[in-house]
Amino acid sequence: MTATQKRIIINRLALAFSTLSAVIALAFLFWILAVLVMKGVDALNWNIFIYEGSPPGYEDSGLKHALIGQLILVGLATLIGVPLGIMAGTYLSEYGKSSNLAHVIRDISDIMMSAPSIVIGAFVYAIVVMPMGHFSAWAGAIALAIIMIPIILRTTDDMLQLVPGTLREAAFALGAPKYKVILDVVYRGAKAGILTGVLLGIARVAGETAPLLFTSFNDNFFTTDLNEAMPSLTVTMFNYAISPYDDWQQLGWAAAFILSMFILGLNILGRLILLAGKRK
Amino acid sequence: MASIIDIKEECALNVRDFEFTYKGASAPSLKKVTMPIAKNSVTALIGPSGCGKTTLLRSFNRMHDLYPGNTYNGEIEFEGRNILGAKEDLIHLRTKIGMIFQKPTAFPMSIFDNVAYGMRLQGIKNKTELNDRVEKALQDAALWKEVKDRLKNDANGLSGGQQQRLCIARAIAVEPEVLLFDEPTSALDPISTQGIEKLVIELKERVSIIIVTHNMQQAARVSDYTGFMYLGELIELGHTEELFVTPKEKLTQEYITGKFG
Ligand SMILES: Nc1ncnc2c1ncn2[C@@H]1O[C@H](COP(=O)(O)OP(=O)(O)OP(=O)(O)O)[C@@H](O)[C@H]1O
Ligand SMILES: [Mg+2]
Repeated sequence: MTATQKRIIINRLALAFSTLSAVIALAFLFWILAVLVMKGVDALNWNIFIYEGSPPGYEDSGLKHALIGQLILVGLATLIGVPLGIMAGTYLSEYGKSSNLAHVIRDISDIMMSAPSIVIGAFVYAIVVMPMGHFSAWAGAIALAIIMIPIILRTTDDMLQLVPGTLREAAFALGAPKYKVILDVVYRGAKAGILTGVLLGIARVAGETAPLLFTSFNDNFFTTDLNEAMPSLTVTMFNYAISPYDDWQQLGWAAAFILSMFILGLNILGRLILLAGKRK
Repeated sequence: MASIIDIKEECALNVRDFEFTYKGASAPSLKKVTMPIAKNSVTALIGPSGCGKTTLLRSFNRMHDLYPGNTYNGEIEFEGRNILGAKEDLIHLRTKIGMIFQKPTAFPMSIFDNVAYGMRLQGIKNKTELNDRVEKALQDAALWKEVKDRLKNDANGLSGGQQQRLCIARAIAVEPEVLLFDEPTSALDPISTQGIEKLVIELKERVSIIIVTHNMQQAARVSDYTGFMYLGELIELGHTEELFVTPKEKLTQEYITGKFG
């Protein structure tokens, strides 16, 4: 066998092996999705959106409390996390640039991105829940916001840096003050990218369970009081899934399905916006 | 020794013993440049790559100040004051001395908003005034006919040459005294280049123009005065025909006959 023949065979083997691996990985993914869709769609009905949680065995039990709670928690986290993330990213790209402080912030933010989310939950438990003396929606939202900030900060930083320097110079050359240059020209140029970062950040925290376990906790009751413990889809799902009751498990599947579709939707939307922005 | 023509007419700018050093550089990139810039005329800056043309041009609107740590020395006189002073109002200065870049720099907004941008910065909110001045600027930049039906469209949908004329419209809309062009046609096709050159000649009735170019034919076509720079020094400044036909300096002669650069 010549060296060339040998190389061709090795090449084919490598190709076959990596294709097989990809197929196996994808097969699991589709398996999970298929089970989720089948069980989830099965469990879906209007009652889910109308009724709150109730003890196992009741006819009229639903997920309204968890759906609304989830929206409040994620919405509040977005209100806190997005402005802070975008402002911090703007500082890095437009003011800090390659200063030592900027490098330190970037490094810390990268570390935070890979920190286990339960650690963040524990942190918020210590600084918010303990002093307040009880669980609250605020605590849950703050924990989610802390997870969200590094994601938005990094994408904002990266996307702003992609805006050509000459565009900034052109605005300065017309007599624009720096804040105007950033607001009018730089943000506009990076709009699609920043929006994508925001959506991906929201999608990321929407699926979190661990940081909510001991911050917003979980009640089976509907509430909009931000100073009270607040139910969420993820923790409700967790509680229902490990329960021995058939009807609770059904609701758990429904919750999993709704949550997955929400997150999938956010991810697809984020990517579409980025694509549309690039095509221009 | 440099040979600098004595300009009899009024000057828009007067550069005297000007030195510029980039942050961290061991030697200045511009050395003792003395250069009068005649009013309502076109002055071209030529010279081999790296000789300091862009550096000099960006000193006139203090663009270098965007990046801290650079040092200016000497004097650039504009409207009776030295604009290198620490108290100079850069925002005001830049509305008086506009700049057109090598690559078109259309902002990511509509054509109308691009042209109106500088005026809005100056606080002009009146709709009719904005409309009138945007139209006038676009007409002066020879772009009005092509864009009048799509003023609301994104400016990035225009061709390169159109975008460059849009940038010119945007710059003249705020009625500056001086316009700086840094190789404005090097990214454009020959037809668009012709259009820009024609514009430059028309505009000198209202503004004083300094244009950096690598194209000596272009300098000969559009400019009244030409400055030849070499290694951070202004070697010669003269009437364009004289400089190209009978240069006074040996270096200038060698450069325009293609012996180096
Ligand atoms: N940001 C900078 N920092 C340090 N040195 C610089 C910087 N920009 C330019 N220089 C140096 O200053 C000198 C003049 O550069 P400049 O860009 O003004 O040349 P130029 O005549 O415009 O050249 P070109 O024709 O290639 O555009 C060069 O030696 C260059 O290396
Ligand atoms: Mg240059």
